[in-house]
Order: sequence, then C-alpha cells, then structure tokens
Amino acid sequence: MLMLSLGLVLIGRADQNFSDHLRAGLDDLLAPAYQLVSGPVDAAEHGTGVIGHLFDMEAENEQLREQNRTLLQWQAVAMALEAQNDALKATLSYVPSPAPKFYTGDVVADLGGVYARSVLVVLPPRANDPKALVGAIAMDGRGVAGRVVEAGSRSARVLLITDLNSRIPVALGAAGAPALMTGTNGPDPALLYWAPGQPPAEGAMVLTSAVGGAFPPGLPVGVVHYNAQNDPVVLPLADLSALRLLRLFSYPENLPVLTPIPASPSAPHNRKH
Amino acid sequence: MRRRPSLWRRLDAASRYAFPIGTLIFGLFVIGLPFGLPGQAELRPIFAMACVFFWSLYRPSSLPAPVVALTGVLVDLLGLSPVGLWAVLLLILQGATLASRRRLIPRSFFLTWAVFSSLAGSLSALAWAAQSLLALAVLPGLPVITETLVACGLYPALAAFFIRAHRGPAAVELA
Repeated sequence: MLMLSLGLVLIGRADQNFSDHLRAGLDDLLAPAYQLVSGPVDAAEHGTGVIGHLFDMEAENEQLREQNRTLLQWQAVAMALEAQNDALKATLSYVPSPAPKFYTGDVVADLGGVYARSVLVVLPPRANDPKALVGAIAMDGRGVAGRVVEAGSRSARVLLITDLNSRIPVALGAAGAPALMTGTNGPDPALLYWAPGQPPAEGAMVLTSAVGGAFPPGLPVGVVHYNAQNDPVVLPLADLSALRLLRLFSYPENLPVLTPIPASPSAPHNRKH
Repeated sequence: MRRRPSLWRRLDAASRYAFPIGTLIFGLFVIGLPFGLPGQAELRPIFAMACVFFWSLYRPSSLPAPVVALTGVLVDLLGLSPVGLWAVLLLILQGATLASRRRLIPRSFFLTWAVFSSLAGSLSALAWAAQSLLALAVLPGLPVITETLVACGLYPALAAFFIRAHRGPAAVELA
C-alpha cells in the first residue's frame, strides 16, 4: 500500500494532468453535495457573514450606519464624476473595451490546504464549455479574489490571490507604477519588484496590469499597506475569508492593450514573460 | 436478540464496522464548508491523523490500510497538496501506531495524547519537507507549528467523541 501511494506521488509529479483530472472529477462529484448543505449554513448565518460575526453585530451596525452616511456623500461625487466622464468620452469618441462574458457562482466549499488557498464555485448548468473557463478572473463585489485553475462540468476551483503560487502583475497608484503581487499563504499578499527609487506609497490603490497578457488592466485588487516588518503588502479589497458569491470573468484571448503604465524606455514592464 | 432476523443483525454489524470510515469521510466533507474559521485548512489533515491514530490504536480492523490510503488521496485532492502525499504520511502514521499499540493501550490517556501530538508534529514537518522538495522551494514553516499545536489541543475533544463511539455505535461485538 505504501509503495502504491509512493507511486501515486511519482505519477502525480510526472503527469500534472492526472491529478488535475482526478481533482476536477472529485470537485464535480462534491459540488452538488456542498451546494445542498450550503443552503442551511447560509440560513444559519442570515447572510450577514461568518458565525463569529453574530456576536459583534451591534457595533457593526453602528459602524455601517456611519459608513453609509459617508458613502452617500461619495455617491453624489461619483455621479457628478460619471456625468463629467460621459461628457468627456462623448467628445473624445472613446471606444469602450469589449465587455467580458461572465458567470456568477456560489462559493460552496473552502478547499484550501496547509500551503494552498482555493475555493470551490458551483457553475450554472449553461456554462457549456467549462475548459474555456480556466484562467477566468474571479471577483467578488469589491475586487479581484483569484483565478480559475480547474474547471469541470459543474464546478470550478479558484486559486485565491493569497496562495503561494499566485503571481499577479499590478499597477500602483495614479501613475500606475509596475510591481508584482505574490501570495504568501498569509492574509495579505506581498509586493515585489517595484522600482527601487519609488517605493509604493501607503494607501495607494492597487489595480491589475496587463503586463504578460494574463489580466485585463484596471481591475481593483487592494490597497498598499506597510506591515510590522516595514514591507509593502496589499490589503485585498475582496473579503477572502468569507467569500459567498464570485463572478468569473472570461476575457477574450486578444486583450486590448490599454495598460495604465506610462511608456518609458527604462520601465521593466517591457520584459516578455 | 435471538429472534431478530439475521439480515438486520448483519446490517447492524456492517454499520458498526463502517462507523470509523463514515465519520472520517463525513468529517473531511464538513471541514470543507466555508465557515471562514481561521486555520480551517489545517484542520483537514489533523482530523484525518486523529482518526487514523485513534482507530488504528483501538479498532484496527475497522480501518484497513487501503481505506487509509484512499482517505489520504482524498485529503490531497481536497487540499491541493501533491496527490498521494498524505496517503503515504497516513500509512506511515498507521504503521507506527500499529507497531506500538500493544505498549500504548494499557498506558494512561496522557501518554497516548503526548504520543499523538509528537506524531502529528513530526508528520506535519515531514509534509512540509516533502512539499518543499516537490515544489523546489522553501515553504513557510509557521503552519507546521500551528498544526502541531492545534493537533495537541484538539485531540482530547476528538478522543472523547471517539471513545464514546468506540463503546457505542462502532462496537462491532455489540451487534
């Protein structure tokens, strides 16, 4: 038995497709079961978040009311800006980038490992070509949560941005300074390879960048923060510890090249991957 | 007892025999639910280790080696670790437990607890080493420590449940 298992490790090492197939099959098998159970679990949580949140609901409500007031002010600002933006686009004859096809799926299981972070999403039955979904970008209501690494006929596994193997080219701040966001297995991904002369500013917005062609530019990811070791990390906008719904955006192969990165000959983003 | 049809009796015995396997697989399924608990992912191998350790110690016939290997593959497939890794580790755990069970069973609960904690710690370290080797990168070592501590803290609670089951619904001789 031990020899067989050791052999299995070697087979899995030699042929990556073998374990991917097994995993996708198992995920498809488990997805309906998890979906069945997740209904009552959701009901128990009243859709407010994880069970632990029930205890500090009072304080949270107060905080939410406060936030709501602030957000209403911002809404007015946003609407004004939207109107201005529309007017400017009309004068520029701006061509919008093609709208991506997307599916919305329930997160039914948290299938991370000790050194891996992933969730299982149930796909709607009309997703007729599941393999095309591999590489799709998963976002919750606020920001990028991860990418689809495996897709079966009923389910898709999303590798979260906190996973050790996650590498996402990002653009920092208004200037769009290039950097690489790498998962660390902890809650906040690290920022690497930023230009040495310009360290990322605390609180700067982190957006995806189209370098390498894997991501469309300009999707919100998080905010720059300096941790206790004074290393820049990204605080993800997506609520990765309590994901409920994910939208899977499948972008066409020919991504429009609309990088927010200003073209300069010394910038490292010209490098091909 | 004697008047009951033998079919029911055999069903009863079979369900008692299957109790450890059933709880093991059901537990692995439940740990996958998105509760959002911190360290939920670490719980999966710990639960599998505790089950394999306890049942190999007190009721080895209910958890044969092929079942342990399949459980290990299930842990790997659910938890994105290299396929077969936990199968090997759980079989090693079962082998170690079976080798020492004659000396362990008459001893106190605290000794078995200590033995389980040290086994869980060394297996977590082994998993870390093997995964680092297969990924050709040094993985963060903190999960090994948390895994060992959680395993140590969780074993009495799991054992309390298992001991009740061992005397009740899993006791094949009571069928």
